[in-house]
Amino acid sequence: MSILLTQARLVDDYQALASWEDRYARIIALGRTLPPMPEALKTDDNKVRGCSSTVWLFATSESGKVVFQADSDAAIPKGLVALLLEVYNHRTPTEILAAPPEFIEELGLNQALSPNRANGLSAMVRQLMAYAAALKAQV
Amino acid sequence: MLDALALRAQFPGLSGSANGKPFVYLDSAATTQKPLAVIERMDYFLRNEYGTVHRGLYARSVRSTQLYEDARATVARFLNAEVDEVVYTMGTTDAINLVAWSWGRAHLKKGDRVLVTGMEHHANIVPWQITAEITGAELVACPLLDDGSLDEEAFDRLCDERVKLVGLVHIANSLGTINPVQRLAARAKRHGALVLVDAAQSAPHLPLDVKTLGCDFLAFSGHKVYGPTGIGVLWGRRDVLASMPPWRGGGEMIEKVTFERTTFAKPPARFEAGTPPITEAIGLAAALEWLMALGLANIAATEHALYTYAEARLAEVPDLVRYGQAPQRSSVLAFNLALPGAHAADVSSLLDMQGIAIRAGHHCAQPVMARFGVPATARASLGVYTTRDDIDRLVEGLLKARTMLAM
Repeated sequence: MSILLTQARLVDDYQALASWEDRYARIIALGRTLPPMPEALKTDDNKVRGCSSTVWLFATSESGKVVFQADSDAAIPKGLVALLLEVYNHRTPTEILAAPPEFIEELGLNQALSPNRANGLSAMVRQLMAYAAALKAQV
Repeated sequence: MLDALALRAQFPGLSGSANGKPFVYLDSAATTQKPLAVIERMDYFLRNEYGTVHRGLYARSVRSTQLYEDARATVARFLNAEVDEVVYTMGTTDAINLVAWSWGRAHLKKGDRVLVTGMEHHANIVPWQITAEITGAELVACPLLDDGSLDEEAFDRLCDERVKLVGLVHIANSLGTINPVQRLAARAKRHGALVLVDAAQSAPHLPLDVKTLGCDFLAFSGHKVYGPTGIGVLWGRRDVLASMPPWRGGGEMIEKVTFERTTFAKPPARFEAGTPPITEAIGLAAALEWLMALGLANIAATEHALYTYAEARLAEVPDLVRYGQAPQRSSVLAFNLALPGAHAADVSSLLDMQGIAIRAGHHCAQPVMARFGVPATARASLGVYTTRDDIDRLVEGLLKARTMLAM
């Protein structure tokens, strides 16, 4: 499924949930499904700057696709980064860079992409895109 | 006792909703909402009286200047201080930077120490580190006890003749601890150290009297005392201010300028370079008049009762851990939900969805977080308009957040 289709499916899924409680419960549960990130990768360099909690994000390239690993010490940011990975993991840098993250605003989570310094979401997206751009430049 | 419910009607910022729920504002320690008395005073001034100060020879400027200087007299009355000891700043941070830059660079040298408490806001740490770097003086922090109060035995040990200035937060923004400023200041004085009080959190909650406190500097912010942002106060003892060089150059702070040499105005003008925040000074005075009319002792008593109620209610929330249990505490309730993988930021987000605004983070007090071994805390803080209903909504919201985070 393309990135855009995956995004559209997520928007449908979340909008089908009746209450904010259901949507947040799903995000929190999604975070718990994130594969454990090796402690060795939880370095200062891999921290996403601009979150009030700590989020780590790391990327490598495998046969032309970007493989992300992530974790957080907070449940909702961990769910949000898991959501981003559901969309952007194992894609080529070109695909990632061509697919903006605006779908998040439509999920009914009240997690805006605004550059509020307490809100980690835009910082996570910025870092994710920066990894894609860096790996694209390497190819 | 004050009627918070009746006071709320004076705060348009509290009406309306957040995320579809009636708005509950529990972040007054960050900034307070504004009463009509302030909003309307600033509006009237801007519409009818606005002009520059200390410069114009026309009626409008004369009137502006009069109001601006009357506002300074109001600040002096609020602190039981002399009017020429009141320096306008941009806020508490700006006021402490003024002291660290001007007094610190003029008076500190290698071998000297600045002693602060382990519960200071970064605003009373970082300016001293910068000054220490330049002067060779050393910054020392007095440790805290487990209940979040100051280790006074350690304070006595650390407060020796090397200490030239003691920086004390009056009410700690991260814990709610009320420091015994009067007692600590008296001890600091035994070795001749000056005492700076960070009153950012205490100014809206406790009566302040610089003569009783026995300090040499006291700083507070307009926006935390129901006034506007962009204005604050440094009070300094007259002879200490007189011993300090200017820290910013420009208009208003001079006596005479030639390209060879400039002589400087007396305090407070010496420290007020450039066109000041005129409307904000008028707004600050309106806020202080409003607070004094309510009576700070009344406010303290009313908030104490509410604080006690809030603590009792928070104790009903399972897995809730509190930070800051000093015998004397006020206005700030710091806590976490001790659930695996849950963070103060989660609590704040889930409360926000229920229309409740609290703060989550390190509260610009990272040494306090390190002391208690947590990356962050959630913090609910009270204002004159906070009601028991707000606290009940908080507890309800926390119970829901806990259920969602424990799933």
